[in-house]
Amino acid sequence: MIREDVKLFNFHASPFGQRVIWALKLKGVDYECIEEDIFNKSNLLLELNPVHKKVPVLVHRNKPIAESLVILEYIDETWKQYPLMPQNPYQRAHARFWANFAEQKLLVAARIARLSSGEEQGKAVNEAREAMEKIEEEIKGKKFFGGDKIGYLDIVIGWISYWIPVWEEVGSMKILDPLKFPAINAWITNFLSHPTINDTLPQRDKMVVYYHSRRKEVSPS
Amino acid sequence: MTKSEVKLLGAWPSPFVMRARIALNIKSVSYEFLEETFQPKSQLLLDSNPVYKKVPVLINQDKPICESLIIVQYVDDVWSSGPSILPSEPYDRAIARFWATYLDDKWYPTLRSVRGAKGEDERKKLIKEVGEGLTLLEDALNKISRGKDFFGGDQIGYLDIAFGCFLGWLRVTESLTGVKLLDQVKTPCLAKWAERFCAHGAVKDVMPQTEKLVEFAKMLMAKMAASTPN
Repeated sequence: MIREDVKLFNFHASPFGQRVIWALKLKGVDYECIEEDIFNKSNLLLELNPVHKKVPVLVHRNKPIAESLVILEYIDETWKQYPLMPQNPYQRAHARFWANFAEQKLLVAARIARLSSGEEQGKAVNEAREAMEKIEEEIKGKKFFGGDKIGYLDIVIGWISYWIPVWEEVGSMKILDPLKFPAINAWITNFLSHPTINDTLPQRDKMVVYYHSRRKEVSPS
Repeated sequence: MTKSEVKLLGAWPSPFVMRARIALNIKSVSYEFLEETFQPKSQLLLDSNPVYKKVPVLINQDKPICESLIIVQYVDDVWSSGPSILPSEPYDRAIARFWATYLDDKWYPTLRSVRGAKGEDERKKLIKEVGEGLTLLEDALNKISRGKDFFGGDQIGYLDIAFGCFLGWLRVTESLTGVKLLDQVKTPCLAKWAERFCAHGAVKDVMPQTEKLVEFAKMLMAKMAASTPN
């Protein structure tokens, strides 16, 4: 483990924070994790991320960085072992494109689906599935998005392996049908069987409780 | 590289297309600019950007690259012997990327929605948010430029490109609402930066004139009003 002054401000159930954890662990970077109470954010967090007031925030040598995708590229540029981004410029652009797509089209829709019901939920589930179809095409024939090894895009999309099933349970809906998305499901199996990925996953029951409480806030029925 | 190897599919009013053009200009890359027809969308657009069907699309040796900020980073990576677009230090790069993300995810969508605001109250609220964002950016410019002319220092860089491309549409919004958003009093550093940015060699020929953009915006608004049922 490399000893550096690295702190991560996170919340256990955050899929965004999880990306940062995976990146740091894969590179063998030692860090201190500070758990934030999302319902009662610390003054320190608000100082470190005044623009968005959100986790995750990485603090390295006393300098804060926010936004998980920005943090991932920072980590990859700062610690050169276990490179996450592809070396080739076109492959890098390709990885960033799909990371952005998954964020804008899949994550947004899946989030709405876990919070809503009825027609609104149905529409969001369809949008999420449409996004999944494109991602299914991307992963076909590959072990990981990064090739033989886990890379940037695997880490960015990795939340679906563990968060989607929880969101499906909380929202009583289905996005990731194994029959419809066999390539994604194969990738999920490979991804979750990597010890570094698996060892750092948050507790499922705590996550379920948290996401249920978020849903209740929005639709108290 | 021969001219036909690098093509950019774009549209003159698009701030996102402008980003790609500025990046290519900084690197002195010769490219063919293809003005997209839109109605209907060209086969080239549909083939090269099947996911979003939007401009800009950079085509380099028959390979398409989409999404403006991704194109800018790609240009910086490929033409690495030219002046750097992204800062050299990882932390500075992270800060530039952070603000570019903020601009695309929060600030510009708010600016855009001013034109479509329903009622004076909503318009006022949105204008206030745009102004608050500019205050944040004024502060960021002070911190990041360290007294130099641009976010990128002596030369324009990633964040200058990411933000500067929106100046045309910012002026359109000021013109249509009668509210000055970027001015010497509220945002003095940004006001000076904006002038320098627009006068920069890599920018001035690709920055559309505000009057043309205002005409274009009015035409769009008229189209929308015509197609909306009463």
